[in-house]
Amino acid sequence: MSVDAKPMPATRELVHATPVESPLTLMWYKFRAHRLAVWSIWVIAALYLTAIFANWIAPFDPETRTGLPFSPPSWPTVMVDGAFVWPPVAFGVSQQLDRKTFKRVYAIDTTQRYPVQLFITGDRHSWFGLFPSDMHVIGVDKGGAFFLMGTDSLGRDVFSRMVYGSRISLSIGLVGVAISLVLGVILGGISGYFGGWVDLAVQRLIEIIQCFPSIPLWMALAAALPHDWTTIQVYFGITVILSLVGWTDLARVVRGRFLSLREEDFVMAARLAGASEARIIRKHLLPSFMSHIIASVTLSIPSMILAETALSFLGIGLTPPALSWGVLLQDAQNVNTLATAPWLLLPGALVIVTVLAFNFLGDGLRDAADPFSRESFK
Amino acid sequence: MTPGPIISIRGLEVGALSRHGMLRPLRGIDLDLPHAATTGLVGESGCGKSMTARALLNITPSPMRITAGSITLDDGKTPPVDLAALDPDGAPMRAIRGRRLAMIFQEPMTAFSPVHTIGNQIAEMLLIHEKLDKRAARERSIEMLDLVGMPNARQRFDAHPFNLSGGMRQRAMIAMALACKPEVLVADEPTTALDVTIQAQILELLQRLQQELGMTVLLITHDLGVVARTTSRVAVMYLGQVVEETTTESLFDNPKHPYTQGLLGSVPRLGSRRGRRERLPAMRGSVPPALAELPGCAFHPRCPKAVAGLCDVVKPRMAEVAPGHRARCLLYPEVLAASAALEAA
Amino acid sequence: MSEPLLEIRGLSKRFPIHSGLSRRVTGEVRAIDGVDLTIMRGETLGLVGESGCGKSTTGRAILRAIEPTEGEILFHDRAGTVDVAKLGRDELKRVRRRMQMVFQDPYASLNPRMNVEALIAEPLICLEHLTHRQRRDRVVELLELVGLNASYLLRYPHTFSGGQRQRIGIARALALEPDFVVCDEAVSALDVSVQAQVLNLLSDIQERLGTTYLFISHDLGVIEHQCDRVAVMYLGRIVEFAETEALLRTPKMPYVEALLSAVPEPDPHVRRERVAIRGEVADPANRPSGCPFHPRCPYAQEVCKSTVPALRQVEGASGAHLAACHFAEALSLRGVA
Repeated sequence: MSVDAKPMPATRELVHATPVESPLTLMWYKFRAHRLAVWSIWVIAALYLTAIFANWIAPFDPETRTGLPFSPPSWPTVMVDGAFVWPPVAFGVSQQLDRKTFKRVYAIDTTQRYPVQLFITGDRHSWFGLFPSDMHVIGVDKGGAFFLMGTDSLGRDVFSRMVYGSRISLSIGLVGVAISLVLGVILGGISGYFGGWVDLAVQRLIEIIQCFPSIPLWMALAAALPHDWTTIQVYFGITVILSLVGWTDLARVVRGRFLSLREEDFVMAARLAGASEARIIRKHLLPSFMSHIIASVTLSIPSMILAETALSFLGIGLTPPALSWGVLLQDAQNVNTLATAPWLLLPGALVIVTVLAFNFLGDGLRDAADPFSRESFK
Repeated sequence: MTPGPIISIRGLEVGALSRHGMLRPLRGIDLDLPHAATTGLVGESGCGKSMTARALLNITPSPMRITAGSITLDDGKTPPVDLAALDPDGAPMRAIRGRRLAMIFQEPMTAFSPVHTIGNQIAEMLLIHEKLDKRAARERSIEMLDLVGMPNARQRFDAHPFNLSGGMRQRAMIAMALACKPEVLVADEPTTALDVTIQAQILELLQRLQQELGMTVLLITHDLGVVARTTSRVAVMYLGQVVEETTTESLFDNPKHPYTQGLLGSVPRLGSRRGRRERLPAMRGSVPPALAELPGCAFHPRCPKAVAGLCDVVKPRMAEVAPGHRARCLLYPEVLAASAALEAA
Repeated sequence: MSEPLLEIRGLSKRFPIHSGLSRRVTGEVRAIDGVDLTIMRGETLGLVGESGCGKSTTGRAILRAIEPTEGEILFHDRAGTVDVAKLGRDELKRVRRRMQMVFQDPYASLNPRMNVEALIAEPLICLEHLTHRQRRDRVVELLELVGLNASYLLRYPHTFSGGQRQRIGIARALALEPDFVVCDEAVSALDVSVQAQVLNLLSDIQERLGTTYLFISHDLGVIEHQCDRVAVMYLGRIVEFAETEALLRTPKMPYVEALLSAVPEPDPHVRRERVAIRGEVADPANRPSGCPFHPRCPYAQEVCKSTVPALRQVEGASGAHLAACHFAEALSLRGVA
């Protein structure tokens, strides 16, 4: 075709200063407008960094017994007898028995001062079996009461146990969602792509699975796990159980997006341009619903975390010596214990913070998933 | 003696700050709606005609808000009200909206709640504004449905919006808008979504109702055929300003602004048969976005008659360029004089 | 007269209606019902009608963008004649190079996640074997052809106005230099000034490349300006088919008369006397017996309720003028002056 044939007056567009942005930039703008989601990123990042570097961050080994059971949270202070001290100090404690109530009472001895130190030597640990070390990011010398969240019935530091427990609690969400994502995308994709009786079969299967009350189903499945499994085996067993139940929502999202996208004009345009089915899926369908999938995935992580917590709390998921927030919460099952040591509920607070952060993040991602909303300035 | 305009808009501006700068969909609208007549508001998408309608009812979509100007509602009997000064959500505005000013939209489906019957939605208007009892409201609603030519009005009272065809839904919306006998009806592209045969029916209905009820109508449309058919006065908008305003005859016989001329020229008119393969006299470019800040006349980059050094420098003012015919174009000495006086001041 | 490019015979598309829990087929919607059309090489054929009349379905069925239920689509290529309706996937791919489409909605028809280069190059990638460099040159050439700047290559659709997007859509449709382009309401979503630009662009391209258009629109003004011949559809059938001039001035079918009289004239001095037609377009799922237009027709007689009128040459008409009306010769209908 020859282009130089003749000029075309009045068909050339005038250029206006329209902002030039890529779809990713638009998504970022939309996401950024969601303040809570932006904050949640930081919260989630902090949680995962803590989980990864738990052995350095926790001041104690999770199994170390300090000999001070049910010690309340005791924080280092910078004010001693009205005077400012730096670095902050922790005090020594002595344990007494109240003769009337038979309760343990901890008396703080302000004369014994243990300054808070960074990179202090303490319990030996190693990073997933590598890099053995006895360095802790923060801590005090032996004898000082540095229990940020108190101790449990065996005198173990709850804070350290929570830090270690986050490894399982936080990773089980990711691994579980990864498995359900694979299941969901494959089954939802097949269902949406082929339609007909395949679609019908998958949809009925999803409905049946969603009809089961989840806790009894988990219990039945968890009971089926062999008793002689190691912690790691149980961990994966639980993950698989959770994702077998959890893939259905993702499959529905994938199918729904598939069905609505297939009707889009641009998919028909691609077909008319001679694009093969594989190319249409790869170039048009997948990129268009990737962002939606990411948002849905983020929103389903909290339910995985909650499910693990619930299972472990009920004693049918992970059991000690495995550590997860649900396992820690088992200690808070008893009303009497709770009355003496309410801080044992703190792992629950952490679950709440994590779940909220993921939900906010997911909301933000969902808003950003479709940056091309057509509302223009009329 | 002719009564004054029932609505007079002066210097109306609507804007909002966006991440690319100040969006200014309305940039100083001056417009009078004469009593008991139909005024047309034409322009291309993005010119601000729908925003004018929304500003008139004080329902600008968030975050857009009225930043300057006044909208005076004066029926000559009750004291005049400045609608722009009222709180959009306040009781005084709500009492006016629906009762004295009503609006019909392009897509009637969005104006009705899908879960209630159309009859109940019309009756609800009457319950709120007219304080009628239920039975009276029902009877009035059926009367209204009858008035807008809904066949079997009594049965259709219990129909849900999705049971009705597009044309019937538009009739139902007109019935709802007119239920409280408003003085002013704002019709925003009321027939754009309809087929031509249905459009003709709805336009005839609007014209008949306007005459029977003595209503003032502001008809917003991009279709010059619709304007020619139904209005007595027309205002043409471009980038948030009225650029020409006169009687319908005068506008079509003797358009003054180059934009109006271009608009009229570029419509393929049925029956005019320019001859096949003859080029349409198309305008260059398209309406700039509401963000654009252009020096001088907003239309100069697209204007075939633009004079360098004048049109891209001086901001034109609205002035009378022929008896009863106002335009905003510097090629007319009256406009130039008025604009130069402003520049000097 | 030039030779035909496409001959469409008895093209139908029926959608089954499912109902009940078992999703049993309980009826069908005849979206298009036996359409016959001959499209000449190099002409613009208009297809006009109200919403739901099947004009878009016809356009898409011709391209096999939706599968027609029955009918022949004979495409006279330089290489010979093929029936598009019967082609297998690979052969269809070859014909795709020759037949393209411009969509109505320039927002929905461009993938928002692809830039201009990727969008226009898509047909070239799928159906041509070009080097990266050749492909880019071609895309730039196409952008120039539709009056867009080559600096737009890496921009995304959402940064363009409606008119600019439609130009991108046209550039993509023209990428393979097709013989035949279906313009499905290609200017309906555009403002009048931009609409005129795009109409001019389509005419210029036709003049230069000899493209044949099937121009689908509901706007009779645009149809009159753009088309050599016009077919009017009602409820899935062609009810009148003639040269534009003849159809508009001397319509032979009462529906066409009503349609023409309903178009508002952009001139306040002209009051077209409207032929009042009752009611609204009938539901294709529930089509009336006999002539599909009879319930709304002001001239309807008994025979119209029982017998379906065939689309036939109107006797006494100058040139080819087909109409589906029992009284095409008897009625003297008003066209546009």
